[in-house]
Amino acid sequence: MKTVRVLIVDDHRLFRSGVRAELGPSIQVVGEAGDVDSAVKAIDELRPDVVLLDVHMPGGGGQEVLRRVLGSGSSVRFLALSVSDAAEDVIGVIRGGARGYVTKTISGAELTDAIIRVSEGDAVFSPRLAGFVLDAFASTEAPPIDPELDSLTQREREVLRLIARGYAYKEIAKELFISVKTVETHVSSVLRKLQLSNRHELSRWATARRLV
Amino acid sequence: MLPEMSEMPNAPAAYPRMVRPLAGRVVAGVAQGAAAQLRLDPVVLRLAFVLLTVVDGLGVVAYAALWMFTPKEEVKGRVPAREWGQLAAYGVLWLALAGFAWLTGASDGGFGTWPIAVGGIGALILWQQADPGRRQRWMSGAVKQVSTTWVRTGIGALLVVVGAIGFLAASGELAKAKTGLVFTAVVVGGMLMIAAPWLASLVKELQRERTERIRQEERAEVAAHVHDSVLHTLTLIQRNAHDPREVTRLARSQERELRNWLYQPKQDADATLAAAVRRVAAEEEDAHGVQVEVVCVGDCELNEGLVAMLHATRQAIVNACKYSGAPVVSVYAEVEPDEVTVFVRDRGKGFVLDDVPEDRMGIRQSIIGRMERNGGSARVRTEPGDGTEVMLTMKRER
Repeated sequence: MKTVRVLIVDDHRLFRSGVRAELGPSIQVVGEAGDVDSAVKAIDELRPDVVLLDVHMPGGGGQEVLRRVLGSGSSVRFLALSVSDAAEDVIGVIRGGARGYVTKTISGAELTDAIIRVSEGDAVFSPRLAGFVLDAFASTEAPPIDPELDSLTQREREVLRLIARGYAYKEIAKELFISVKTVETHVSSVLRKLQLSNRHELSRWATARRLV
Repeated sequence: MLPEMSEMPNAPAAYPRMVRPLAGRVVAGVAQGAAAQLRLDPVVLRLAFVLLTVVDGLGVVAYAALWMFTPKEEVKGRVPAREWGQLAAYGVLWLALAGFAWLTGASDGGFGTWPIAVGGIGALILWQQADPGRRQRWMSGAVKQVSTTWVRTGIGALLVVVGAIGFLAASGELAKAKTGLVFTAVVVGGMLMIAAPWLASLVKELQRERTERIRQEERAEVAAHVHDSVLHTLTLIQRNAHDPREVTRLARSQERELRNWLYQPKQDADATLAAAVRRVAAEEEDAHGVQVEVVCVGDCELNEGLVAMLHATRQAIVNACKYSGAPVVSVYAEVEPDEVTVFVRDRGKGFVLDDVPEDRMGIRQSIIGRMERNGGSARVRTEPGDGTEVMLTMKRER
């Protein structure tokens, strides 16, 4: 099995070494970075497959790293890892270009799975993120501007609902009588909609949730 | 220049030649250059030029002469732009003074000039009191930062005044009214001139104090909260260091509490479904030391049926925590337009539903029976080794 080269970006050194110790043998940690500038530099130099990205960091946070790295045309893949469950943060990094969002309470084995999944170009949704997406896409009565991008298909909704219920991709496949690959396709398609839909309700929804 | 001075080209000149700096110039940088030479504030010199222009146009002549005889400062690269905002501010000031001088007849020179000159010097001294940064801000901000409402008010007031003067002129009363107008203008203008710097600093001070107070209140609130919750929990954790399960439980419950405080909207746990489900999950998590992950989509007011559903949810969580052996229980609640669904799932041992004795109240009575009595339904899906999922559905009354 091919090893996945990972860069850990987090401003807590203890946390970085904790993650390093927990990851499975198929993951090779090629470096660590503690702030935005050194993260951008390390990504440029080390060219990792996946960047584990903390959301809250000095110097602009994960979103700033995403903006600078993806803005320069890099194709490195990001998995956001954060203690924050605030909708604003979650939706923010996903729309910034991260291919997944998991919280720091995730177990080492699950995190390893998530990294491999992201390295293969798939998306990783935590139950909480799936809930946010369902909520955000359902919460508006306004007609979508672009129906293809601004609404979820029945199947995507079913997949997200199962993720929110705590199902793993394999369990979802079994439940819906589809292949794991199809589940991954659905999740990736939801991710694309989440990133590309320029419906401003999405951001507004996230902000409103924070402020109510 | 002394001869020996010119023989030491590296020594700093005792009297540096006056130049016109281009950065920050308003017209040609004359005032700035002269101010640097005289170690004065450029704003003061600019005001002096404006004042002298009103009096017999002397300022323009002096400015033009200095402009001609002073070389401009060498700049490399792009020539900085003129400060148009300040230029406009000085222009307005000049217009006001000129108008005032015309009213009083002081612009003709002679004895009438003196009151303006004296008043002007007084104002300059007062303005010199204000700190330089603020003075600079006043002049440069005079145009740029004034909000449109103020511009509108100003234009409105100007029109009214012009109208009133026009009316007086048309009815031939202007000559009579002139004395009164001049008197009022002098008194009001003088008062404003005297009070402006102090008023401005007063307002500034008040604002600063207010933000400081708000900041302190916030800090006090955060400190109080951290003390009551986080510090307390840390003490408890130290005391229970020998019991990993208890430590996990304490840390977990503190984390949840802090998270709620930081991120969750303040809501009444007895009013809406999502908040109530979160509270129930939190209570059972504390009671059993098993992690309960809650995801809620949508929200609605609680009613009798949903309260029953909440009890069933609690029972399902309790069962999962107590009997499944799984480290995590997932709770998912979704409010749709016509129904509410709750899923409680664990990846634990599972069981055979038909093997559960009839007298065990948990599943049959507390979950299935309760839901059916209240017009909902419950389904339990389980298999040994494959975890358990309880699905609760309740129609919403429309």
